[in-house]
Amino acid sequence: MEVRFEMVKPRILVMRVAGTNCDRETEWAFRLAGGLPQRVHINRIKRGEVKMRDYQVLVIPGGFSYGDDISAGKVFANEIRHNIGNDINLFIEEGKPVIGICNGFQVLVKAGILPYPGRQSVTLGWNGSARFEDRWVHLKIEESVSPFFRGFPPVIKLPVAHAEGNLITENEDVLKKIENDRLVIFRYCAPDGTLKGYPYNPNGSTANIAGLASASGLVVGMMPHPERALFRCFYPDWHRDEKNGDVFGYGYMFFKNVVNFFR
Amino acid sequence: MPKFASQVDILGAGDRELVEMSEKNLLSLTLEEMKAIRSYFTELGRNPTDCEIETIAQTWSEHCFHKIFRTEIEYTENLNGKKKKERLSLLREIKKATLKIDSGLCVSVFKDNAGIIKFNDRYGIAFKVETHNHPSALEPYGGAGTGIGGVIRDILGAGKAAMPVLNIDVFCFGDQGVSYSELPEGVLHPRRIFRGVVSGVRDYGNRMGIPTGAGAIVFDRGYQNNCLVFCGTVGVIPLTQVEKRVSDDDHIVLIGGRTGRDGIHGATFSSASLNANISRSVVQIGNPIVEKKMMDVLLTARDEGLYNSITDCGAGGLSSAVGEMGKDMGAVVNLERVPLKCNDLLPWEIWISESQERMVLSVPERNLKKLLELSADEDVEAEVIGRFTKTGRLQLYYRDESVCNIGMDFLHNGLPLKKMKAYFSFQDKPMKEKVSSLKAGELRERLLRVLGSPNVASKELVVRQYDHEVQAHTVLKPFTGIEGKGPSDAVVLKPFYDDWQGIAVGCGINPFYGKPDPYLMAGCCIEEALRNLVAVGADPEQVAILDNFSWGDMHEDGHLGTLVRCVKGCRDFALKYQLPFISGKDSLNNVFTDAKTGVKTSIPDTLLISAVGIVPDVRKTISSDLKKEGNALYLCGITRREMGGSQYHQVFGITGGSVPVPVPSKALPLMKKIYLCIREGIIKSCHDCSDGGFAVAILEMSIGGGKGVDIFLDKMVSSDVSPESMLFSESQGRFIVEVDAGAADRFEKIMKGTDFANIGRITGRESITFYERGLLFSLDIVEAERVWRSGLKW
Repeated sequence: MEVRFEMVKPRILVMRVAGTNCDRETEWAFRLAGGLPQRVHINRIKRGEVKMRDYQVLVIPGGFSYGDDISAGKVFANEIRHNIGNDINLFIEEGKPVIGICNGFQVLVKAGILPYPGRQSVTLGWNGSARFEDRWVHLKIEESVSPFFRGFPPVIKLPVAHAEGNLITENEDVLKKIENDRLVIFRYCAPDGTLKGYPYNPNGSTANIAGLASASGLVVGMMPHPERALFRCFYPDWHRDEKNGDVFGYGYMFFKNVVNFFR
Repeated sequence: MPKFASQVDILGAGDRELVEMSEKNLLSLTLEEMKAIRSYFTELGRNPTDCEIETIAQTWSEHCFHKIFRTEIEYTENLNGKKKKERLSLLREIKKATLKIDSGLCVSVFKDNAGIIKFNDRYGIAFKVETHNHPSALEPYGGAGTGIGGVIRDILGAGKAAMPVLNIDVFCFGDQGVSYSELPEGVLHPRRIFRGVVSGVRDYGNRMGIPTGAGAIVFDRGYQNNCLVFCGTVGVIPLTQVEKRVSDDDHIVLIGGRTGRDGIHGATFSSASLNANISRSVVQIGNPIVEKKMMDVLLTARDEGLYNSITDCGAGGLSSAVGEMGKDMGAVVNLERVPLKCNDLLPWEIWISESQERMVLSVPERNLKKLLELSADEDVEAEVIGRFTKTGRLQLYYRDESVCNIGMDFLHNGLPLKKMKAYFSFQDKPMKEKVSSLKAGELRERLLRVLGSPNVASKELVVRQYDHEVQAHTVLKPFTGIEGKGPSDAVVLKPFYDDWQGIAVGCGINPFYGKPDPYLMAGCCIEEALRNLVAVGADPEQVAILDNFSWGDMHEDGHLGTLVRCVKGCRDFALKYQLPFISGKDSLNNVFTDAKTGVKTSIPDTLLISAVGIVPDVRKTISSDLKKEGNALYLCGITRREMGGSQYHQVFGITGGSVPVPVPSKALPLMKKIYLCIREGIIKSCHDCSDGGFAVAILEMSIGGGKGVDIFLDKMVSSDVSPESMLFSESQGRFIVEVDAGAADRFEKIMKGTDFANIGRITGRESITFYERGLLFSLDIVEAERVWRSGLKW
């Protein structure tokens, strides 16, 4: 007799606040990848109407939370620390993935959740160009601790769109530790995978770092937007393909890996 | 005795006092209009309050009422010495085209905050383009930001709210290199305006989470004292949500931002001449996050059916929004209930303030609690400020004191429209033009000069500052090709995650063509907008257009004449290309008065045509970057010597010549065939020839794809054999297409009956080489790219 295992669809909490603006496409990405995403306003969690423990994944999507006033993600980060910090810590302790994309990455870093929990050791400052830029970048996939970036080719392309993505560590030691602990998910690079400056490194990030994981590999943050690269037709050069634009892009592979984590 | 409203002594005022009263209070009302107000209040036997007179001034402002577009104009046209007289109304002429075309595409036109066309059986597309010229000239960052914020609210106020999916921006700025000593007092340097406007649009649009995907920037000395800022938004709306109707007895709910003293008299000031003494308080202060929160709540409330009608608070503030919604019934508003930014506002200020991020909803009693809760849940302020009634009157109270009580009928129909006279004279023969016979080396130098000139150079520096892919549905981005260097003719979206059908959006603007004959400018702009959509794979039979007129001083005879002539061009060419107008807007009196000399300068009369079209399957779109070595290059359409107003003439200061004449009878069949070939997949890249002519277009394709080409100019279908014309003429109706090497026969078979020629091919070399019975000249792609991409400075 054939035994069939039904895949459990993980419930995914897409947390939004005033100014979040990538929540719909992030929700769609997880649905496409086989998850059960739900967009929830943080007020509903603060009021206890929605419980974080009912979810298996937490995502903080891109946007300009509270207008990015003060600095990008700062107000949202403080709101998390002061209102739902315990819930999130518990969530992480239980080994549930937490994902921050763009503004979400800025929030995780500024809330002292990434890369090392407890206090902020890294920041995302103003781009070297001193302005917001939207461009597709090449990313060199590192052999990191995160399970969500396995099976990728050595170099992929994803878009970035931000004004404050310049990763700066508190000091040399933090950078060394991040490298030693293999927390770097991927780095900005030239098409051939070599690390180069602007515009390949779009914001001037230290060591071309574009995304970080926690030591467990389950809390990840990144400036690039995988939800904007679900199909080839969203790539700026897809018209050069032999095939139609309806084949999956590498953004999809990321969401699939997160959902498959629960298999 | 009233405490909060003061009385305006209009009953005792003579004609001269009436004019003074209008000027002193920034009402921008004419003597006839002031007299109409006087006789209305004479009948009532009392003087108006400040609030009443302000309400009337807002409603009757050129900005809100479009008096010039609505009135009867006696128009005399003198073409080659032959005079012709006719009576017309501009708005009626534009609508006439749409009515005659009777397209199945139109769902709601010329009546709502935006035009709406059909996307599929379930959804419509709403599209609106606004101008924010005056505010942007005074305060570029805030003026431009609230321009985009305002047009987004137009889309939220279309039907029962459409969801914004795309922004477009078109700007006209003065010469970036002008010296400060040449600027009149009160004029900001064009570089400051440029940077401020781009930053304002960037920061507002990006924070709203709406991609900015299409647009244009025009530089010309004529925009030095009055810049132009056009902002457009496209939205999608369920067809079931298009109809809206206020019920009497509905609550009037004000949602979104608080009301302050910013933007008072924005509507009336926008009809006035700019000068050094205008207070900055007429410009609104924007906060995109307040609007974003409000949008999130509105879209939920719409889907839950919580309100009957909605409109945005734009020009004229509450006065326009409530006045418009309650037009056919009546309304009572308690002004003290309006949430304020500061507490010392007078009732009339509350009523006409143009503070941003506010919308007015008409909410039935049964849904009120739910709506207010929903808003509170997401930290959005919503307040009941009054109620719609059946009285036919607009009644305003402030703490029980009646501050306004006038008839809706007088407010909306009491305006005496002044009949106007317009005159336009034109000689229909080409003006003298200096024709040079240039050596190959000189042509090469000139091509590089044109390529690096600000109007032709790459706008990537600006475009990259806009998020053009938030919402994850942009399938043809503004920049495309190998490393995103090649410019796209239009943007293509796939607004629904589970559907491959798409929307293409593009525009046409060229004030340089308007100087000899604005009629032809209308034709060229309409055709360019259409060509841009066809070049990416949109169906030319499913396209609708919008008009935006930004014109000079209407108090001078000349500009009204050119406006009428241009409107006639819009009407005629819309009919010829079968493109219905679905919405439009005019911004008149873009004029500056130099305080020292008293000299008035008007902008070049400028028409913007924006086009929205349906792409049946986005997988069958194409981009402009050259794809593959060995593929054949064709130039479709005829090249004539049409250099008048061309970028070539602009760069080298040449005057005269014929401006391009669009030929719809040739261009439209050609476009339909190109569409077929794109659908069949035999065209691999396509780019329309516009600013800078053929040479610039082929260079852009080459840069985008990183591929060299050999071009044989002598093979072009051309009525003029000078290489200068073939390279730089801006003849309309032309496309460069790359055809798959194996499909040339098929392509030629489909295109039979149109003008086209195989003019070259894609090579393996890294150079662009032009031949004309022998080698003419050659450029390295790298060199061309460097010049083209560095022509615009931030």
